[in-house]
Amino acid sequence: MNNMYTFDTSTLWVALPEIFLLSAIVVVLLLDLFLTKPFKQVTYYLTQLSLLITAILAFNLIGEPKTIIFGGSFILDNMASIFKVFMAGSTMVALVYTRHYLTEHKLFRGEYFVLVLLSMLGMMVMVSGYSLLTLYLGLEILSLSLYTLIAIARERSGAIEAALKYFVLGAIASGLLLYGMSMIYGISGSINVADIATFAANATLASREMLILNFGLVFLVIGIAFKLGAVPFHMWVPDVYQGAPTSVTMFLSTVPKIAALAMLVRILVDGMGAMHAYWSDLFMVMALLSIALGSVVALMQTNIKRMLAYSTISHIGFILLGFVTGVVEGYGAAVFYVLVYILMSMAAFGMIILLNKQGFEADKISDFKGLSKHSPWFALLMLAIMLSMAGVPPFIGFYAKLFILQQVISAGFITIAVIAVVFAVISSYYYLQVVKSMYFEDSNNEITITAPMDMKLILSINAVLILVVGLFPDFWMQLSISIF
Amino acid sequence: MVSLSDYLILSSIIFCIGLAGIFINRTNIITLLMCVELILVAVNTNFIAFSHFLGNEAGQIFVFFILTVAAAEVAIGLAILTLLFRVRGSIDVDVTNSLKG
Repeated sequence: MNNMYTFDTSTLWVALPEIFLLSAIVVVLLLDLFLTKPFKQVTYYLTQLSLLITAILAFNLIGEPKTIIFGGSFILDNMASIFKVFMAGSTMVALVYTRHYLTEHKLFRGEYFVLVLLSMLGMMVMVSGYSLLTLYLGLEILSLSLYTLIAIARERSGAIEAALKYFVLGAIASGLLLYGMSMIYGISGSINVADIATFAANATLASREMLILNFGLVFLVIGIAFKLGAVPFHMWVPDVYQGAPTSVTMFLSTVPKIAALAMLVRILVDGMGAMHAYWSDLFMVMALLSIALGSVVALMQTNIKRMLAYSTISHIGFILLGFVTGVVEGYGAAVFYVLVYILMSMAAFGMIILLNKQGFEADKISDFKGLSKHSPWFALLMLAIMLSMAGVPPFIGFYAKLFILQQVISAGFITIAVIAVVFAVISSYYYLQVVKSMYFEDSNNEITITAPMDMKLILSINAVLILVVGLFPDFWMQLSISIF
Repeated sequence: MVSLSDYLILSSIIFCIGLAGIFINRTNIITLLMCVELILVAVNTNFIAFSHFLGNEAGQIFVFFILTVAAAEVAIGLAILTLLFRVRGSIDVDVTNSLKG
């Protein structure tokens, strides 16, 4: 135990992507200060380059044996490396869409990109965190950057209100999470996930110890559910999605979900795996409530960002169902669902951003009216995205739901699977509503697409992937299972 | 001699005051920030008490980090609050209700 906290520089390569990204953030931040107006684009390209290099560094670490460094608080395994590659990749895509949005709304500032990189760093720390302390610090780096990102549109009162709501509720959630962590630390005597796992798996625990462990566990579950946005801790989701600038909404609805999922896996599966019977009950209730509320309340929305917020809540319900099963295949299905959700959500928000022009927010469902006449190609892509979200084969969203439901049924929860399917059918109504206004309604306003070529290209690839990946989902499913 | 359970009871009382304050408070957002701080204080008390009675320093290190993060959090919170005051002219909880549906 004496050498537990020794610091060995020869193991630093394990954290190479994080170390590189941190240095890159400092360089981008400093350089941005000295760039004059005509050269502001340099910040954008440097950000993309840093993310690309981070992704390559993380990719090179795939396949390395599981290594735990920094006194047991930082882990490198396949899950961490694969998640980092996906996060860096999707952030790069998000930034391509973001640039168009920022130019059209005159929000193009260097800080935006620095904050995105900082939240990326926080997410990478979360994904690799193997002690309660690193997980908490990663979460805070992420959250603090996100609060600021939302408030970056400081003349819009909606954005400021969203930032404030997210801040207050996020701070409460961190407080609850920390309280749970303090209880777990107190009873197990360690903040390392590995030690907590050994403690929780100990069969000879006194009932008093079990009680405290459970007490802490409930708080941890609340904190994680809040970050994921599961009912009944979803209150912030619709308001923040609607109020935040669309580019920020896109970012915070996609990439941080991977990090929250990784934190869930680290704390609950790796650390408290022995307590699965206790937390899976909580998850079951939250999953069903999320699917039900997300599907029903979205029916009444006219704002498409708010509608997608409720759709997120119902997707999160499906993801939580994967963890109810308690088998590796179920966890794999949940990871697969998250990756698919990010692909779809990124494309959906990308489509909203595509219709933005010169200070005009295309955030009403009615703004999609007549899109099929003006741009048949993008209307077709939006059709694919919406059908995939509703879970229609052969799109990828169908397989995501299928794999989850397969696992839920083989774990013996047939009633739950039936309820989930019923609500999935209900939810297809509001996805089809968007399709209806694109194809069967005419608009009085002219739709002009001012997006640059790179955005159109990436958005098309992103949306076509929804179909292409749907043609051979098995590879991705195997990949998702292999990380556990 | 103050026992571990005394510390835990104290911290849970502080925690409940903080949590209740957030839900009951309907007037001012600054009060919300103070309640969040109370929750963090309760957590810190927990960590230090456990750390002392377990003879393990990890809890005290954790508290240092919580304090640092709390400072950063409040800085950002007050900055957002200033912006809210600029656009709305008030920091009452009631003015933050334009987003709903």
